[in-house]
Amino acid sequence: MNNDTSHINPLESEAIFIMREVAAQFENPVLLFSGGKDSITLVRLAQKAFYPAKIPFPLLHIDTGHNFPETIKFRDQLVEELGLTLIVRHVQDSIDQGKVKEETGKYSSRNTLQTTTLLDAIEEFKFDACIGGARRDEEKARAKERIFSVRDDFGQWDEKNQRPELFDMLNGDIEHGQNVRVFPISNWTELDVWSYIERENLEIPSIYFSHKRDTFLRDGMIWSASEFVHREEDEEVSTRTVRFRTVGDMSCTAAVSSFASTISEVVAEIRSSTISERGARIDDKRSEAAMESRKQQGYF
Amino acid sequence: MEVLKIGTAGSVDDGKSTLIGRILYDTKSLTTDKLEAIERTSKQKGFDYLDFSLATDGLVAEREQGITIDVAHIYFSTNKRSYIIADSPGHVEYTRNMVTGASTSQVAIILIDARKGVVEQTNRHFFINNLLRIKNVIVAINKMDLVDYSEEVYTKIKTDFEKLIEKREYKEQEISFIPVSALKGDNVVSTSENMSWYSGESILEHLESLNIENIYNEGIMRFPVQYVIRPKTNEYHDFRAYSGKVYGNSLTVGDEVVVLPSQTTSKVKEIHFYDEKYETANKNTSVSLTLEDDINVSRGDMIVKVNELPKIEKQLSATVCWMDSDFLSSGKKYALQHGVNKVLTKIDSIQHKIKPDYSGIETEASPVKMNDIVSVTLKLNKPIFFDSFKDNKENGAFILIDPQSNNTVGVGFVE
Repeated sequence: MNNDTSHINPLESEAIFIMREVAAQFENPVLLFSGGKDSITLVRLAQKAFYPAKIPFPLLHIDTGHNFPETIKFRDQLVEELGLTLIVRHVQDSIDQGKVKEETGKYSSRNTLQTTTLLDAIEEFKFDACIGGARRDEEKARAKERIFSVRDDFGQWDEKNQRPELFDMLNGDIEHGQNVRVFPISNWTELDVWSYIERENLEIPSIYFSHKRDTFLRDGMIWSASEFVHREEDEEVSTRTVRFRTVGDMSCTAAVSSFASTISEVVAEIRSSTISERGARIDDKRSEAAMESRKQQGYF
Repeated sequence: MEVLKIGTAGSVDDGKSTLIGRILYDTKSLTTDKLEAIERTSKQKGFDYLDFSLATDGLVAEREQGITIDVAHIYFSTNKRSYIIADSPGHVEYTRNMVTGASTSQVAIILIDARKGVVEQTNRHFFINNLLRIKNVIVAINKMDLVDYSEEVYTKIKTDFEKLIEKREYKEQEISFIPVSALKGDNVVSTSENMSWYSGESILEHLESLNIENIYNEGIMRFPVQYVIRPKTNEYHDFRAYSGKVYGNSLTVGDEVVVLPSQTTSKVKEIHFYDEKYETANKNTSVSLTLEDDINVSRGDMIVKVNELPKIEKQLSATVCWMDSDFLSSGKKYALQHGVNKVLTKIDSIQHKIKPDYSGIETEASPVKMNDIVSVTLKLNKPIFFDSFKDNKENGAFILIDPQSNNTVGVGFVE
């Protein structure tokens, strides 16, 4: 491996092209922002696509209520610095309204519940395009995604009957009530994203860097010990030096042992890693088809 | 470093997914957790080998049926470059997904089962890859382990395939033959000792040796205007830039240009990429331009260099690959998307059907069904600015959209 990042240039141009297609083809687009590295990359790409004009769409964050506080703090700083519009919708509200029920038990998480809150927000604001930071290299169901992926009135993905997508022509024609999920960094790998963050000097939440944290071991993974994670009595908490490779919320993201405290150390670590990024996603481990079935329901 | 995109093709069970799995495995691109998942599921299914298709067949329906329905995109890299493989379905009914995967590929790998030789799908996939003008084709004759690594079998298949090559339209396409066993790893990443009669490269060696500059043909510069950037802030009060992707060739500050359809001439004043200005914009970069003169330019317009005008017409002849379960209807209006420009169209006449097995044409063209390839003439409600597909891929292709279903129902290649 070498450290040359020039192969990102065509990927960057492709992503900028897609951002501009969204702004041109849709009336009411939104960028789904989680505070994670992929959505931070999307924000930079959107800045580049429309500069010197402002990004012509708001950000939407679906807050599970179990987010790492570092991520929320980072999110609010970024929005303020760049003068962006941020919409936040809370999973807690969906629970309070009786639309979804909190999971219980050892593996309970709010990951699946997010879908309802997201679909409600899409309906509330009549968003016709939702830009997301999903990448095809992350997971095998995501490897099947189009760049413009149509969702029906119920937010569902018809994975066996996707629109052909030819050359770089993107067909954003939809019926009223449908929406398109747009994935500008489809063709980027995890390493591409990290190399880009390094090259562009982008700020990211501190949990991506090595830090000391109260954790416990379960199923060979390092879980964050927090009030949002159910812990069995025999699961002992100890302080470990860890970082996060992917940032879902506290109940679905495992940490990795790491001493990487700068971006370049993180890049070096990813480069030599033998475990995939989603290997630390507890939400994917539920079954072989965990991602596909969530996507069919409207998950991002 | 560069990115090279590869499309796979070949009939059902020719081992496309296995080949990709083998490439990933031998280049050590499979992470431990993914490899363990494959080992686990292979064992559950009672296989005594690793079923690599489990790495790429991402949908439940695919794993249930043991087939590939839609394109999966797979990523790996070597010291030399990054690769994207579009693992495409082999079934006839999913040809449209195969075309989707192939349309953005620079190299195609067509697999042939050594026991079966050249079959109908081989013809079809070679035809489509030739129609799409994919510069490099690797014909991988697979499952050589099941025919005792026989040179005779390999030579027979190669000779049969060469008969197809003679009939192809796009003659400059470069074709190489490689005998492989994806399952055993012969000639995939490293060259095989089981076939000492073969002195050529392995698939990966061949991919590494391709010169990417030669794969992208130089063409004529086309700049379809995608989006107009107007900040309307105090600092940039009258700033107006035209954004888009540069196709075919580069564009430089000071170039004399014509804006279509108005045919107004001007000069390139500045080339912007984010907060920097550049002297030249290379092809395939997304930039924004300002012009010397204050003229009216909007999305769907095209900026070209003077003396390099494309065709500006309201009718055209094209080869269309039909992709919808509803038949193509000659009386019906469709939307035609040409790059970022959209017009209305009606099929004026269906000339004939082209048989993708190279057995000629069918003059009785109707009805035009899914996966049929037809030669048609189209009428448009407004002129578009196009080149023939052979001169400029991006500016010579279009898609047809059904205005009722909004689906992409066909892809066209301008003659």
